Amino acid sequence: MKMTGAEILIECLKREKVEVMFGYPGGQVLPIFDKLYDAPIKFILVRHEQAAAHAADGYARVTGKTGVCIATSGPGATNLVTGIATAYMDSIPMVAITGQVKSFLIGNDAFQEADITGITRPITKHNYLVEDVKDLARIMKEAFHIASTGRPGPVLVDIPTDIQMQQTEFVYPEKVSIRGYNPTYTGHVGQIKRAAKAISDSKKPILYVGGGAVTSDASEEVSELAIKNEIPVTMTLLGLGAFPATHELSLGMLGMHGTAYANHAIMDSDLIVAVGARFDDRVTGKLDAFAPHAKVIHIDIDPASVSKNVDVDIPIVGDAKMILKELNKSLKKPDTKEWLKTIAEWKKKYPLKHKDDDVLRPQYILEQIFEATKGDAIICTEVGQNQMWTAQFYKFMKPRTMLSSGGLGTMGYGFPAAIGAQLGSPGTHVFDIAGDGSIQMNIQELATSVVNKLPVKIVILNNGCLGMVRQWQELFYNKRYAYTCLHDAEPDFVKLADAYGAVGMRITRKEEVRPAIDKALAIENTVIMDFRIEREENVFPMVPAGEAINKMIGGGLA
Amino acid sequence: MKHTIAVLVENKFGVLARISGLFSARGFNISSLAVGETEDPMVSRMTIVVEGDDKTLEQIKKQLNKLIDVIKVVDYKEGDFIDRELILVKVSSCPKTKREILEVIEAVGAKIELAGEKSLCIEATGDQAKIKTLVELLKPFGILDVVRTGRVAMDTTDKGLKADGKPEVNE
Repeated sequence: MKMTGAEILIECLKREKVEVMFGYPGGQVLPIFDKLYDAPIKFILVRHEQAAAHAADGYARVTGKTGVCIATSGPGATNLVTGIATAYMDSIPMVAITGQVKSFLIGNDAFQEADITGITRPITKHNYLVEDVKDLARIMKEAFHIASTGRPGPVLVDIPTDIQMQQTEFVYPEKVSIRGYNPTYTGHVGQIKRAAKAISDSKKPILYVGGGAVTSDASEEVSELAIKNEIPVTMTLLGLGAFPATHELSLGMLGMHGTAYANHAIMDSDLIVAVGARFDDRVTGKLDAFAPHAKVIHIDIDPASVSKNVDVDIPIVGDAKMILKELNKSLKKPDTKEWLKTIAEWKKKYPLKHKDDDVLRPQYILEQIFEATKGDAIICTEVGQNQMWTAQFYKFMKPRTMLSSGGLGTMGYGFPAAIGAQLGSPGTHVFDIAGDGSIQMNIQELATSVVNKLPVKIVILNNGCLGMVRQWQELFYNKRYAYTCLHDAEPDFVKLADAYGAVGMRITRKEEVRPAIDKALAIENTVIMDFRIEREENVFPMVPAGEAINKMIGGGLA
Repeated sequence: MKHTIAVLVENKFGVLARISGLFSARGFNISSLAVGETEDPMVSRMTIVVEGDDKTLEQIKKQLNKLIDVIKVVDYKEGDFIDRELILVKVSSCPKTKREILEVIEAVGAKIELAGEKSLCIEATGDQAKIKTLVELLKPFGILDVVRTGRVAMDTTDKGLKADGKPEVNE
């Protein structure tokens, strides 16, 4: 049977079992939207295309499925760019569909024309401009395959309007065959053996777990490796949740705002077992000084991540879950008693702490959210102090519960991601931990959240300024607070919530925190909680940029 | 250090942009890049000469391999390949200098493609040393125009580079 390009696209989405998609209509996607109207796919109309990409990203992180978003040509497509780049940096499976001007107009500077495949080339895993309707089904199949396999990432498919309307026979390919794409899954047996021996021989091993462990659903295997062999675990921002934060072997996050004991431990270790982590600059600090005595085992699905920053002794390319399963079979437990004793001393000496007084402090709010939810919630963050306090003081217990723009550091990510997360996990409490700066970057999505009856809880840690930048200005720029104050023109977030049909609350005192959280959790609507926190509160400990990560400042550290 | 890399890619639009974009985005330096169709019209072959230490080269190869349209990447070892470049040089000439220029051409093994009233267009094919020598020797006569293709390279084994796809990474 002959079908139009638009019909073929919908059919492909159905074959890929797409249940929810996020987007915004426009002139060059009208044929697709006309077919979407009757399709058995829940369509979420956002209020800005950037939010469509972030929501698809949030949905993907929570469900493990590929997130799908759609926008029109030109400005619609360019508005997706930040969301696509965010997904690219954090290896999130996503298919972004854009409309394009008619094929014969391409290159003509037509109305709402933008070379979106050109623009997104460095921020997608791959992208396509559909030149012939006969290619569409194959391209869609390939797009979903590429997005979700190997090291996942966003794939963009740009479809000119005339191709959406042209007809052809629909054949959905059974299999994908791309000669230039062949990800490795099973780890090399010899390398796994070498790794097992190195672990058994080590005295001061440490597991360094990143987002790749979450992506490959390797939490169980990470836990087995750590607990059976008594190896301490530190996690990157995106690795949080891969190993329960309350376990005594957990050292929490490492790096620039990591715990002092995680940083001391990795610096002093004799063996680093990196699982799906990429040794980025926020983790390693000064590269030459990083973990000078450690041998490095690096398990990663992306060969290009291996030895990119830190030289690796035993690389194992492949799927983290499969490799750890094999590794766990052949391990002889190392003797880590002394090592754990040293770490316990660091934990005692340099605990993660904050001032416990009558002042409303952000760390306390995060602790209370953890207490109230028992860690059974999905926590999205924006970027800045809110993000780091969350990483430090909310105890992530399960994978796929921590959603944050780790690589790109996108302010405005958290709220739309929370919308996607809530749609992907309807029964779960979903929070967006925000600052008063970042929430204003995608605040228009209140409409999306309210109209879809999503009980997302927005926690604004409101200090009236762009806190993280202000912190750097305080510490490194002589307290010259250039353009980081927002309080002169801060909107009334409670009234704003009301205006959108959400529920607004203002919390100014410490004793109101827990009752407010409990109250919010019982509300089946979007809630904005405007916490007026201490302005001068900073994120500590902190490693100044370019320093070794055991050279921390703040938080009572030597 | 300079390295010569052969890259087989899908002969699709945008592939050259993907490759050159990767080099600029990641700060890798291209000394030269030559591209053309192979015996299979679906496959193009690039010869890229890059500058960098071993670690940079390793990253370049890995990043190239990550591109979906890249089918194969081979890094040629010194002495295991031949490379050639084609150059066209337009040089000023007058009856007084013509004879000397012809001597240069003969010595280097170049040839005259076009003889104008006041200039000669010279063509040469060869390795880096030969091309360099030719340019140096012609300089004194006044070079008006130079165009070079960039290097193309091929290994010296009895086998060809097959577009059979990427192997699994074995490490």
